[in-house]
Amino acid sequence: MSTTSGVERLYTKGRARKILVILSAFIALLTTVVVSVSLGSASPGFMEATQVILSRIFPFAGIDPGSKIAQTIILDLRLPRIVLAIIAGAGLAASGAAMQGVLRNPLVSPYILGISSAAGFGAALAIALGIGVVVQYEGYIVVANAFIFSMLAMLMVYGIARLRGIAPESVILAGVAVGYLFSAMLSLVQYIAPEWAAVHAVVFWLLGGLSTAKWENILIVLPLVLVAIPLLMRHSWDMNVMSSGEEVAMSLGVNPRRVVVICMVLGSLVTASIISFTGVIGFIGLISPHLARMIIGSDHRFLLPCCTVIGACLLLASDTVARTVMPPVEFPVGIITSLLGVPFFIYILLSRRRQSWG
Amino acid sequence: MGLKLEINNLSFSYNGFPALEGVKLELGPGEVLGIVGPNASGKSTLLKCMNRILKTKQNTVLIDGKDVGTIGLKELAKMMGYVPQSSRNTFPFTVFDVVLMGRRPYIQWSLGDRDKEIVAQILEYLGIGNLAMRYFNELSGGEQQKVIIARALAQQPQILLLDEPTTSLDIRHQLEILCILRSLTQNKHCSVIVAMHDLNLASRFSDRMLILKKGCIFAVGNPESVITEENIEAVYGIKSRVTSSVLGRPQVTPLASETNSMVNSLLPKIATKY
Repeated sequence: MSTTSGVERLYTKGRARKILVILSAFIALLTTVVVSVSLGSASPGFMEATQVILSRIFPFAGIDPGSKIAQTIILDLRLPRIVLAIIAGAGLAASGAAMQGVLRNPLVSPYILGISSAAGFGAALAIALGIGVVVQYEGYIVVANAFIFSMLAMLMVYGIARLRGIAPESVILAGVAVGYLFSAMLSLVQYIAPEWAAVHAVVFWLLGGLSTAKWENILIVLPLVLVAIPLLMRHSWDMNVMSSGEEVAMSLGVNPRRVVVICMVLGSLVTASIISFTGVIGFIGLISPHLARMIIGSDHRFLLPCCTVIGACLLLASDTVARTVMPPVEFPVGIITSLLGVPFFIYILLSRRRQSWG
Repeated sequence: MGLKLEINNLSFSYNGFPALEGVKLELGPGEVLGIVGPNASGKSTLLKCMNRILKTKQNTVLIDGKDVGTIGLKELAKMMGYVPQSSRNTFPFTVFDVVLMGRRPYIQWSLGDRDKEIVAQILEYLGIGNLAMRYFNELSGGEQQKVIIARALAQQPQILLLDEPTTSLDIRHQLEILCILRSLTQNKHCSVIVAMHDLNLASRFSDRMLILKKGCIFAVGNPESVITEENIEAVYGIKSRVTSSVLGRPQVTPLASETNSMVNSLLPKIATKY
């Protein structure tokens, strides 16, 4: 049976190549972290940044901890921002990949269920009108509002789609409808807002950004993302199987409706928790899955990890550019993600001979 | 080895439109059952009721005496393989990956060496080992059909359901596929239920045949008793001559006269419109 082992060997080789791709993406991410931590409008460069970080990791090694200012800049400004960029990029990308996979639609992003408009509406209520739905604590009114309305949107979509049996098309259509509803209410809030400054603040929130990154916020988002992404990955096989349609999925022992609901809920939770802190960061959740699919193929077992790392890398790179390209002006990261990501995406699209959507 | 499939008084309707009525059937281990019947007679519906894709009333479909509704999807997927009428993947997967999906009911978290081994063996058995790393969507219809059968075999089922597996294939591939199915029942204690349109192929490869007409069983039995001139006229509304083929199976030659005259009487009416 020499040919049999030949087939297996070919498969194992392909698998090794995919693992190598994921490792390379990971190394690219680490490199971006190093670059990002060394760059900024303030002075600390690579050497000083390394010093500060190493002295923190090995407190008794006698490394010079650097100046007070350098410590503050690295530890309280740059690092939390880098970490939040990684978490947000990873979470949005993984949610996007999972939702595209189960809904079998290339235009799906984590915002497909109307979450972005709902979060925007919630945030606008707090920013422009000062209305907090549940939490009244000053620092978290916007965050809590955004999150609560995202969840409300998700529940509405789920409720509507459930009546039609959770078919992908009904989920997508319900999501679009709910999205329009919240987007109309968002416009209404902006229209009746008493001050121009408030409207401006809402627009700025909607563009998304990581400048408000704080360790406290990271402690809230990180656990959720760390739990949800592996749970999504657990369903890689189901996503693969569902690519052949619902009936085939059932005949292979997978309940497609259940998988759609699980991925919808997990993806929405992750997305909502991220954008509640960062504002609506577009593009990453839509494009990272496509990039990953073109680079590593459609097998979700490899696609999801690859996509997660690519999303993190893409958002971190964009944010680094956003804060360093024209100091002291800082661009909204959403603008940079598209300006950087689209040419890269088109390049990959053209350089691949195979289509990633069958 | 070998599961017994029993269907008791099965009826099914799509939103009030009846598709099956009072179907009764038993299938023994190692049997090839051919289901024939005109379009919309309920062939596909019957197959989908058997493997829970369509929900049936309690105790109408039984596997080894157990109602399919009470068997988990995963457990059922280990007993029954399903080859649908047409297959398409939204995403490009290689042949190996597609066949690997058949191992889904057995895989918990990660893939074992045994799963890969089984897939490689099945590919070899069906003679498509050379296609393993090709993309499924880029294959010809005949090759795709073999891959899908390979996926169903990777489930290691004891009952294999196929919905018109030969419809879009050339004569050589038709024979190949049906020979593969026959060999399964001889070697593997697997029984096969195949819905098809080609009466002659069905009569050649089936142990037993079943004709459906408007959701009801019109006739069931060995090919000689089912494929008769009377039955074919009653079910399909055409005259035919049934002879014995060189292999000793009933062979249908449809006689064109009646359909021809029907077309001829319609033609002037259509023609005047243009």
